[in-house]
Amino acid sequence: MKQVGIKRYCHVKNNKVYLDGALIFEDVQNDTMKSFLKSAYRNFKIKYPKFFKMDEISKLGFLAAEVVLQNIQKNNIRESEIGIVLANSQSTLVTDKVHQESINDLNNYYPSPSVFVYTLPNIMIGEISIKHKFRGENAFYIFEHFNTEFVSDFIDMLFTDGKVKACLGGWIDQSEKDYEAFVYWVEHYDNKVFCPEHTGALVRKLYEKF
Amino acid sequence: MVYFLSDNIISSLGFSTNENFQALLAGQIGIRNIDDKKYYPDPFPASIVDTDLLDQNFNLTETSANYTRLEKMLILSIDDALKKTDVDVQSKRTGIIISTTKGNIDLLEPQHQNKFDKNRVLLWRLGEIIGNYFNNPNQTIVLSNACISGVLALNIAATLIKKGSFDNMIVTGGDIVSSFVVSGFMSFLSLSPKPCKPFDLERDGLSLGEGAGTIILGNQSQDPNKIAVMGGGSANDANHISGPSRTGEGSFIAIKKAISESRIEPTSIDYISAHGTATDYNDEMESIAISRAGLEEVPVNSFKGNWGHTLGAAGIIETVAMLQEMRENILIQSAGYSQHGVSKEINVIRENTKADLNVCLKMASGFGGSNASLIAKKIKS
Amino acid sequence: MEELVEQLKVQIIKQLNLEDIEPEDIDPDEPLFGEGLGLDSIDALELIVLLEKEYGIKIENPKDGQKVFFSLNTMAEFITEHRKK
Repeated sequence: MKQVGIKRYCHVKNNKVYLDGALIFEDVQNDTMKSFLKSAYRNFKIKYPKFFKMDEISKLGFLAAEVVLQNIQKNNIRESEIGIVLANSQSTLVTDKVHQESINDLNNYYPSPSVFVYTLPNIMIGEISIKHKFRGENAFYIFEHFNTEFVSDFIDMLFTDGKVKACLGGWIDQSEKDYEAFVYWVEHYDNKVFCPEHTGALVRKLYEKF
Repeated sequence: MVYFLSDNIISSLGFSTNENFQALLAGQIGIRNIDDKKYYPDPFPASIVDTDLLDQNFNLTETSANYTRLEKMLILSIDDALKKTDVDVQSKRTGIIISTTKGNIDLLEPQHQNKFDKNRVLLWRLGEIIGNYFNNPNQTIVLSNACISGVLALNIAATLIKKGSFDNMIVTGGDIVSSFVVSGFMSFLSLSPKPCKPFDLERDGLSLGEGAGTIILGNQSQDPNKIAVMGGGSANDANHISGPSRTGEGSFIAIKKAISESRIEPTSIDYISAHGTATDYNDEMESIAISRAGLEEVPVNSFKGNWGHTLGAAGIIETVAMLQEMRENILIQSAGYSQHGVSKEINVIRENTKADLNVCLKMASGFGGSNASLIAKKIKS
Repeated sequence: MEELVEQLKVQIIKQLNLEDIEPEDIDPDEPLFGEGLGLDSIDALELIVLLEKEYGIKIENPKDGQKVFFSLNTMAEFITEHRKK
């Protein structure tokens, strides 16, 4: 019998935020991703000025993680035992194009370090880690579609190897036209959490809810 | 147990593990001045793979399809590694994992935009192209985790084999030097105007490099002198997205995890292949992590003085070099180092030295506060 | 120089994405790093880009930046002396 369960999950898409399947915030007025993320930030009273330095996809991942982790009990799990395993299909392509734009014209050549640093998908893992002081295993995978079977198997392996006692998993993606985030918190039953067993099938079912 | 079966390195120093290792033994530096506006408005040092040799080698494969620079390197690298084993790349029990930071990022440049379909720049598509070339039936796993990708991919591959998902894993990594990346590092003022000098007092930044590396791992080895992946770990500094933790937090935790999973005594570690990028902060941080782990006396070097920082390839090619050092029982001088330049008295290798190498540690760090370590050990038959 | 200081306030807020800060919130004598606005190493590099882009001044070594970017006033003084634009 598996020892690991999904305790919380969050979706952010179509300018809506859902926690454990329930709509907790929506903003139909703001039509850009940037303005939606700002209004969500204000709504959840996240006091973290560094948020505004992040690129859009990192803000998205950060926000989804904040929602999942708000008031969560970490039950004496050590920082080094909390992992983050994320994936997406575009890597950081939208931000990549911003950086590329800044170097296309040799006569107007001003690459920006604060843009460039966000051209790596694992930076959002870094941002979440910094805010929550998570110091455990990291991995960022790129798949065409969210391979829930692989990611959940991998997270399970981290648990059975004793490398993590809790793990944030998720799919955080952004293309020119659209964005979506699905983030979930997986914990070992040792911590007396009563929640559905973590399986690839359950992750897929929850992911596809919206 | 998971064994290292075969490997390949493609870099400015050659197209095979052997060629590269001979160059490392001779202290060769593949970093040279690049004066070409397609990379950057001003000249800068970098380690570039010889394009003519790359194309010549690739033409021998006689494929008619078009492949990008990075794809050619990865394909040649995997091909060479496969030739040295009887691993069946077409088997469902053989997986492929690619480690890369930016993949085919040169396809974003205006002059490259219509050469391939617009999905080609996507990393999953790169995975598909490579997997299809070899007719591998599995979905290629793509890992993009900054500069720890290579070491992390090896750890992940070993885990997948241990857990029975695959019998063999082809772990390949690569990145190219591109205007995208050069301009980015320039904006960080982190590139040295000369070939980089890891751990040296006068170090003043890193040198970029490109290349591809492949390591094939498997759960069986006929080699009487096998080397096994004993364990590994990764950890986040949780401190800053580009600067490493001043106390080497994540790096230290990753070392501890690798040691713990390997069930070895820290005192049995014979050698460390460090990340050693030659930036002020990285090398200092790494020396602190090494010291905290009680490994100050252990001989350590960085290969970035020879190859530059090859990003997604780094963790792979540097591990291959470590394995070759183990096979030949020789420690290679840390290129670019002459005066000790970090606060901890770590034991940087000053000249090629014969040594009995049984248990060795590979370290890596990267943007996003990421850190990873891996331990390899000789297994006596 | 006061005009330059006001201009810098607006430019810095924009370049560094200081969302909740208004120009009047920035004291031109206050340290920009550490306490003050709490800027970090990437912000310092961004200020170097700002100097080149808007004022044509190139700083090659990030350590040289420390003195220049101590406060808005030190920045303005440096720019006044070295600007090419």
